[in-house]
Amino acid sequence: MTATISPGTGAPHARILGVGGYRPARVVPNEEILKHIDSSDEWIRSRSGIVTRHWAGEDETVASMSLDAAGKAIADAGITADQVGAVVVATVSHFMQTPSVATEIAHKLGTGQAAAFDISAACAGFGYGLAVGKGLIVSGSARYVLVIGVERLSDLTDKEDRSTAFLFGDGAGAVVLGPSEEPAMGPTVWGSEGDKADVIAQTVPWDRFRIGDVSDLPVDSSGEVKFPALRQEGQTVFRWAVFEMAKVAQQALDAAGITAADLDVFIPHQANMRIIDSMVKTLKLPEHVAIARDVETTGNTSAASIPLAMERMLATGQAKSGDTALVIGFGAGLVYAATVVTLP
Amino acid sequence: MAATKEEIIAGLGEIVNEIAGIPAEDVLEDKSFTDDLDVDSLSMVEVVVAAEERFEVKIPDDDVKGLKTVGDAANYILTHQS
Repeated sequence: MTATISPGTGAPHARILGVGGYRPARVVPNEEILKHIDSSDEWIRSRSGIVTRHWAGEDETVASMSLDAAGKAIADAGITADQVGAVVVATVSHFMQTPSVATEIAHKLGTGQAAAFDISAACAGFGYGLAVGKGLIVSGSARYVLVIGVERLSDLTDKEDRSTAFLFGDGAGAVVLGPSEEPAMGPTVWGSEGDKADVIAQTVPWDRFRIGDVSDLPVDSSGEVKFPALRQEGQTVFRWAVFEMAKVAQQALDAAGITAADLDVFIPHQANMRIIDSMVKTLKLPEHVAIARDVETTGNTSAASIPLAMERMLATGQAKSGDTALVIGFGAGLVYAATVVTLP
Repeated sequence: MAATKEEIIAGLGEIVNEIAGIPAEDVLEDKSFTDDLDVDSLSMVEVVVAAEERFEVKIPDDDVKGLKTVGDAANYILTHQS
């Protein structure tokens, strides 16, 4: 016989209740990057808009940076860690296949036995996390969800590759999602384009090193086999990010039932200032919309970039609580996720 | 009606002016986008996308690398426009 299953009761809606960020102590200027590549400060600035980035020290781990950002987000949300029902961590730079880093974070925060798992969606990871978190709350699986984006991309950077050495940074950003009587998160417009998997990717899979002969792998200037790093086809990524992602951003506005004129804030993934500028132009965003430009001093921190930029805009007054923001992440996969949210 | 080569070069002049701020009259057939017109690899993508829309032509990324001069682009568009 088929029993009648109670579906449980979720909140009517979900919202972002608090945000927190962690930037590693060490600030790395372009001059330091230039020790390993033949380039110039002017070239790096004109191609990326990046002036400085933060690189983590040994004690600034994926877990420790996440704990700091998460603690701030929980305090900002006005809840306590034991109220968190699920911890979702988006990252591509936690070098432990299993267990997930989310379980360590859930434990050390003192959540009790919150559900905890990592998701791998590169620079769209935070957007994927928002979609998952909202679903958990409205379905009744969790009342409060911690969504963290965290990266130590300095570990996955080829310091001798002049096309990428200056791009990446480290850091963690976190938000607490919770129940809401009013809608405060639009539908997520998301997807994947696996036919473009080779456009942004890790140079070599980890298990390549299990095969004894690594003589065909690239070596660095000292003759050592290079550790895997992120590589990308710049022009192809630029074209996709600007012109295809502008369409996705517009779809997210449409799905939320608003227009660009209703927006206060635009927080695209902080990949590159040129992508941001071109995207803003393509989307024809009105002058009054505040644009996140955190990439200038943070670099590209993949899954961490959107919550870090959100935290900074709120802290500096560029954005304020209650503002309507469009967030869009896009990256290796290729994958993307865009949604309209009310800022905490 | 398909554009003539002269019309394509004039159109590219307007596009390069809009994207890179170079005077349209400087955008001549023998000019190199990167060396003469200050169009870097990312601006080149913007030029290509604008040209695709204007001249109703598809220019795949693999073909963009072969477009060194304004003349290269004009000839490509001339032979590929619908």
